[in-house]
Amino acid sequence: MSNPMKTVFHPLKFKNMKILVCISNVPDTTTKIKLSGDKKSVDMTGVQWVINPWDELALTRAMELKEKSGGKIEKVTAITVGDKICEPILRKALAVGADNAVRIDAVASDDYYVAAQMAEYVKKESFDMIFAGIESSDYNGSAVGSMLSEFLDIPSISSVSNVDFEGDSFVMKRTIDGGSETVDAALPMVAVVQKGIAIDPRIPAMRGIMMARKKPLSVEAPVDIEATSEFIEFEMPQPKPPVKMVDAENVGELFSLLHEEAKVL
Amino acid sequence: MNFEYSEEQIMIQQAARDYAQRELIKDVTERDEKAEFPTEHIKNLAELGFLGMLVGEEWDGGGMDTVSYVLAMEEISKVDASASVVMSVNNSLVCYGLEKYGTDAQREKYLKPLARGEKIGAFLLSEPEAGSDATKQRTTAVDKGDHYLINGTKNWITNANSASTYLVIAHTHPEKGHRGINAFIVEKDTPGITLGPHENKMGMRSSDTHSVMFTDVIVPKENRIGEDGFGFKFAMKTLEGGRIGIASQALGLASGALERALQYSLERKAFGTEIFNHQSLAFKLSDMAVKVENARNLCIKAAWLKDQGLPYGTASAMAKQYAADIAMEVTTEAVQIHGGYGYVKEYHVERLMREAKLTQIYEGTSEVQKIIISRSLLK
Repeated sequence: MSNPMKTVFHPLKFKNMKILVCISNVPDTTTKIKLSGDKKSVDMTGVQWVINPWDELALTRAMELKEKSGGKIEKVTAITVGDKICEPILRKALAVGADNAVRIDAVASDDYYVAAQMAEYVKKESFDMIFAGIESSDYNGSAVGSMLSEFLDIPSISSVSNVDFEGDSFVMKRTIDGGSETVDAALPMVAVVQKGIAIDPRIPAMRGIMMARKKPLSVEAPVDIEATSEFIEFEMPQPKPPVKMVDAENVGELFSLLHEEAKVL
Repeated sequence: MNFEYSEEQIMIQQAARDYAQRELIKDVTERDEKAEFPTEHIKNLAELGFLGMLVGEEWDGGGMDTVSYVLAMEEISKVDASASVVMSVNNSLVCYGLEKYGTDAQREKYLKPLARGEKIGAFLLSEPEAGSDATKQRTTAVDKGDHYLINGTKNWITNANSASTYLVIAHTHPEKGHRGINAFIVEKDTPGITLGPHENKMGMRSSDTHSVMFTDVIVPKENRIGEDGFGFKFAMKTLEGGRIGIASQALGLASGALERALQYSLERKAFGTEIFNHQSLAFKLSDMAVKVENARNLCIKAAWLKDQGLPYGTASAMAKQYAADIAMEVTTEAVQIHGGYGYVKEYHVERLMREAKLTQIYEGTSEVQKIIISRSLLK
């Protein structure tokens, strides 16, 4: 299969590289979800916040690449859009090894809003490679990475399950149905990453936690952008009814239950 | 007054939990059965900085506070007390003793590699006939002018084989009673040191416990810690801090058992409902939760006092005695809640119960803690 995205890299470009990792603040995956009274939002009282698992893997891979790049990757920046409640995950990103962190001080109302805010920051700072997790584990929007590349008019590669260097370029593997494909793209670009990008999220070491105290975490004012969607209502799945036991001898009852109650026959 | 942990403390707790739940859990049962030291895990915990987390930055440590240490110890101990005891002995006995009472030269040479976790330390106080009564040391360190000559036997030494740096307590002037005791830094590979066999223990089986024999072991003068005769005070002061480590270990055993018992009670059904819905078990879990919460509060209080530079000896004795005793109770109840499954190794709680027993014995038995606590009532 020909690869429409195949691009030749200029080797000189491959130095002083900057990687941006987009991270999202999400409730811990074991959180019990409760809805607010009007069902328009999720009740976040008492929630423990974590870095979105895919973003955490992306950050881990960014750190691994920086370490093995022999200085070619100069800086890894973690960015999020959110209010002050998001700062612990940024400080964790710093403890894991990010060089600096940026919080765009606004409530992340929808994917469009988040991508647009991040795009404005990227335009000011310029990055060579941007990692975004394939989706966030809270609202599963799965759109920020691709939208960001659209706003910036740069390539994006989706479902990336491996990123590595090959000579003087990044090579990415995408897992697709029944196999995988290997691609590279012109920089700057957005890699929308999925599981496999790193084996396990990196655990911050004491030294990293200590160093994070001194690393810059800047707070940026949001630009004036309207969100394009709003939540109307959330619905919880119905609890599963109890299992009905049918005697193995009683096939007739089984058929009638499948027909009349389960309505699958 | 504030009961909230700082963001950094939560990050450390989470880091310890992640390592324990992701890595230690994988082979903990097998290591327990084979009584195999967790060499790789200790290397990883060292890289993460847990082995020297309490040591100041200037001595290559993590520079973390004692509250963070309690939280980390609890998380590691929920899964593997054999790993957490290495962390406890290294941090709060060996590193603490050297940082607080060593000379700069001693700190440079011995503390730094211990704080980085490149080397492990052991604390050699107990003897065949001097455990709780530490004044009855039989090991001698005879002053030979430019060096000391150590002879004697130490028992039940945690990390005895894996450690490279020993802190040894021995008598120099037996006629002076406890004022004649000294503490020494002794390198394990010094000629004259031999190890007894690995103790075949009931619990904490993958921690390497041995007796250590000293036969005419030459220790340079500069390896004595503090003034001549400082050893007993050194041991007692160091053990004050050590108690916070073991108290937190006991806390972790109890809270780990509670977590497992709760989870099991929500999965296992009997008489048509999850066993949690039977009041006899719900009340058991309630009692366990109160004990765990009390133990945690005592541990955190002792740690907080230490971090504030306030006296914490009584508080750490209370934390150690209470946490150890309830660890025994809570782990036993966790086995009971699991029924037959609790008695097999797959469900971990029987191991937690075996491990809990040791927390009532080492680094000062529960009875010794009660001596300390009761005497403090008279002050």
